[in-house]
Amino acid sequence: MFRRTSDAIRPAGISIHFEGRPIVAQAGDSLAAALLIEDVGAFRSTPVSGAPRAPYCMMGVCFECLVEVDGVPNQQACMVQVRDGMQVRRQRGPAGMDGNG
Amino acid sequence: MDSTDLAIIGAGPAGLAAAATVAGTGASVVLLDEQPLPGGQIYRGVEMVQMLRPKTFGFFGPEFAAGADLAKALRGSAVDYRPGSVVWDVSPDLVLHYSRDGRSRGLAARHVLIASGALERPVPIPGWTLPGVMTVGALQILLKADALVPRVPAVLAGAGPLLLLLAVQYLRAGAPPTAIVETVPKDAYRRSARHLPQALRGWRSLLKGRGWMRELARAGVPWYRGCTGLRVEGGDRAEALAFDHDGGRRRIAADVIALHQGVVPNTQLTRLVGCAHDWDSGQRCFRPRLDAWQASTVEGIWVAGDGGGIAGAKAAEWQGRLAGLAIAGRLGRLDERDRDRQAAPLRTALARELAVRPLLDALYHPSPEVLCPADDVIVCRCEEVTAGRVREAVRLGCPGPNQAKSFLRCGMGPCQGRLCGLTVTEIIARERGLDPAEIGSYRIRPPLKPLPLAELAALDDEAEAPV
Ligand code: FES
Repeated sequence: MFRRTSDAIRPAGISIHFEGRPIVAQAGDSLAAALLIEDVGAFRSTPVSGAPRAPYCMMGVCFECLVEVDGVPNQQACMVQVRDGMQVRRQRGPAGMDGNG
Repeated sequence: MDSTDLAIIGAGPAGLAAAATVAGTGASVVLLDEQPLPGGQIYRGVEMVQMLRPKTFGFFGPEFAAGADLAKALRGSAVDYRPGSVVWDVSPDLVLHYSRDGRSRGLAARHVLIASGALERPVPIPGWTLPGVMTVGALQILLKADALVPRVPAVLAGAGPLLLLLAVQYLRAGAPPTAIVETVPKDAYRRSARHLPQALRGWRSLLKGRGWMRELARAGVPWYRGCTGLRVEGGDRAEALAFDHDGGRRRIAADVIALHQGVVPNTQLTRLVGCAHDWDSGQRCFRPRLDAWQASTVEGIWVAGDGGGIAGAKAAEWQGRLAGLAIAGRLGRLDERDRDRQAAPLRTALARELAVRPLLDALYHPSPEVLCPADDVIVCRCEEVTAGRVREAVRLGCPGPNQAKSFLRCGMGPCQGRLCGLTVTEIIARERGLDPAEIGSYRIRPPLKPLPLAELAALDDEAEAPV
């Protein structure tokens, strides 16, 4: 669904894995951007109905971009930068992520 | 505990301007910001864009370049800048807690400036939770910070200057939108005309807006005006935007659909510390009550920029400087005469920026179907609560947002009501026939962002350890 602009020049390629599939990203990319450019579809499914969700705000507000990074759930993909070797998975359903009521 | 004269939250135009002003008087300033680079959302990644993407930097124009000057001033200053810091608590006695590199830390400040900017107004329409539906702000961030544009032309839908700005930026980046679907009612232009004489004092912004419209028209971007009944269609992701236009139903296919109904102040922090807020009926949002020096109703807490009411990047900068002068004065670093002398030109510039707001507010008033969505539309995305269920709760006697929260769990998910708060307030107000001012908003409690338990536990240890 996204592509780079023609003048996008970034330092060295970084490789990460999404659901086990290798993805090449660029240093400085947000994890959300790296996944959006690969067209991965849903980032997470909701705890209530299992509906698919993906980034909405890109600024840390909506929490629709939650993924599991290196086994740690509840990571906001729009607030995390890509690191070489990152293992990323979709966050499925509940993961003990509540607000504070 | 770590301490400072002034703690600033947010490194956008307001925070950067205040930091430079106060640090210039010799006081200690800590600048906390969530992002890795200064600029806030409006000047997001400005240093990288300037350095690595001259073409983009060029077409973003002088408005964006202003951010590069602010960032440069920060780099050469004595400000203790701490990027990657997520502030999750501010107490009325001016102690901040923030998370950085997976650790929570405390900071005691003599003054706190909240410069946490704006959020996109939530746009609850059918299908707005589908992957591929994003805010105009989100798409601008992807363009600025990550150099991404839609592969297939996007549909841009809603109302407001930012919608047109994104359309122009996409055009210049070689990714023109497939259509602009504007929800501004056709008679809004006539109805808002009475604000025009005052708005002319801010003629530069008006000319800029006209320039954008011409550029889009020249490029032949289809522009549907006065649209209603917006609905995103799709199964597992967005496939098209459907809407009513000129008495007929239209459908435009796209896998990226941008929604926008203006921006609203991010009041999580000011509500958390207990600042008084007023309902702004023009901008349909709550804003903290501030005096002429940007001081809130809580001693030592100041607010500058869009977080205090939407006025744009330039106004944010002037407000940041004004607050900075006042704070420097209170710290004994600037006498009253100097403060007032330096403030005078800032006040003139600020008044010019504010002159166009009434016109913009009237013209781009959020559409009624977004303020009070139909029963089947999800308003709380986290807990998947529909507008109909909020209305039903009101009929069952639920008087306000906090009761709705315990009834329905709306506002209880990880976003803590940031994306449903205003909508829930509007719906309850409408159902009860009251003004939103009387309905109020969700109570905010720390932590402002969900924290791993381990981090909180480590903080307790630190508090108990001898200093
Ligand atoms: S996309 Fe909204 S929090 Fe990440």
